Amino acid sequence: MSDGLELRGLACVRGRRRLFRDLNLRLPPGQLLRVIGPNGAGKTSLLRMLCGLLAPAQGQVLWQGQPLQRVREEFHRQLIYLGHAAALKDDLSPLENLQVALRLGGVAPDDAAALRALADAGLRGREHVPARTLSQGQRRRAALARLPLGQARLWILDEPFNALDTAANTWLLGLIEGHLQRGGLAVLTSHQPVALASTVVQQELTL
Amino acid sequence: MTPAPTVGIPGALRAVLLRDLRVALRRRADTGSALVFFVIVVSLFPLGVGPQFEMLRRIGPGVVWVAALLASMLAMGRLFADDHADGTLEQMLLSSVPLSLLVLAKTLAHWLSSGLLLVLVSPLLALQFDLGTDAAVVLLLSLLLGTPLLSLIGAIGAALTVGLRGAGVLLSLLVLPLATPVLIFGAGAVEATQAGLGVTAHFSLLGAMLLPALFLAPLAAAAALRISLE
Repeated sequence: MSDGLELRGLACVRGRRRLFRDLNLRLPPGQLLRVIGPNGAGKTSLLRMLCGLLAPAQGQVLWQGQPLQRVREEFHRQLIYLGHAAALKDDLSPLENLQVALRLGGVAPDDAAALRALADAGLRGREHVPARTLSQGQRRRAALARLPLGQARLWILDEPFNALDTAANTWLLGLIEGHLQRGGLAVLTSHQPVALASTVVQQELTL
Repeated sequence: MTPAPTVGIPGALRAVLLRDLRVALRRRADTGSALVFFVIVVSLFPLGVGPQFEMLRRIGPGVVWVAALLASMLAMGRLFADDHADGTLEQMLLSSVPLSLLVLAKTLAHWLSSGLLLVLVSPLLALQFDLGTDAAVVLLLSLLLGTPLLSLIGAIGAALTVGLRGAGVLLSLLVLPLATPVLIFGAGAVEATQAGLGVTAHFSLLGAMLLPALFLAPLAAAAALRISLE
């Protein structure tokens, strides 16, 4: 039984193209996996595969030593995935969006805690406006605000630093660092190097 | 930071239901379009046929039911399409709450904001067809039993076509044949009342279709969503 996330002989075929094959990797708790590669190399496909949204063409993904499809509910309780889209309802406020997203993840913080998380994310004063009025960076922040409140052990983030300014960048790095130090796992794609403290173990996977 | 209190499946379902109702309330133009379509289509018939009461009484139940069916299909396309576009559908697939229950909550919210409105306005439309009070009440009740069924069947179609171009037409092609029994027994109930016969049989049949649909349609729609989103 291995703790954490494991990829065994993973292969991905989209349409007629084979994006990658024979991917083997182990990510123990407390480590970060950074997936890099040119556009169209299959980074997002790999992340969706790790979440269980996409079935691998070959091989399997294991969580705590168990194949994903067998522990799906338990795995999803432990997972936060943030994709390209910020998963915000345009007509709802960041606060309402955050509360629903967290409840889907199995936690129900009171409004005060949720407001605090949004303030930490730099959205003070914008908690109650419709999400459609937010800028791209603010939408990202609103989506990321649920990270510290959830109880997920595994964070899978697709280009989380996109559209973020320097302050938000630092904030997110701090979040990830704290998460890893508490024994969490993180997988992310990023075109820039992730400047975390040197004590954090980073693995790199090039597609 | 103190850990946030956890919430079970009922809490998550409630959150999804309230969210969808809130979105429907804030997008009244979208929500109302199916209702307006329903009212206009039904009202066209008396205008086209002219004031022949005998004829109107005969076609009334069928016309209202067909219009309700089409209006439901019109509204159905939005059930998952918006969620798919903004990424919230993916998040629902990744929730620890069973997807079929989430689909059920969404379908309920969708029915409350579309089908139920059709039901409530139907007695008024019945007046245009010179239907008596009895027939109008039976029409309302038959729609009350039938429109949830249309929403449930439509949810399967909406899940199968999510993310496709021209999903609206495809959805209607998929779902309308499946919905014909609902139409037959729904409109049949009103006609039976007009003929002085009992409606128990019709209502029992509608109920007998609704119960398995409540159980099976969300399962089918959830499976379809997982395939559509791959």
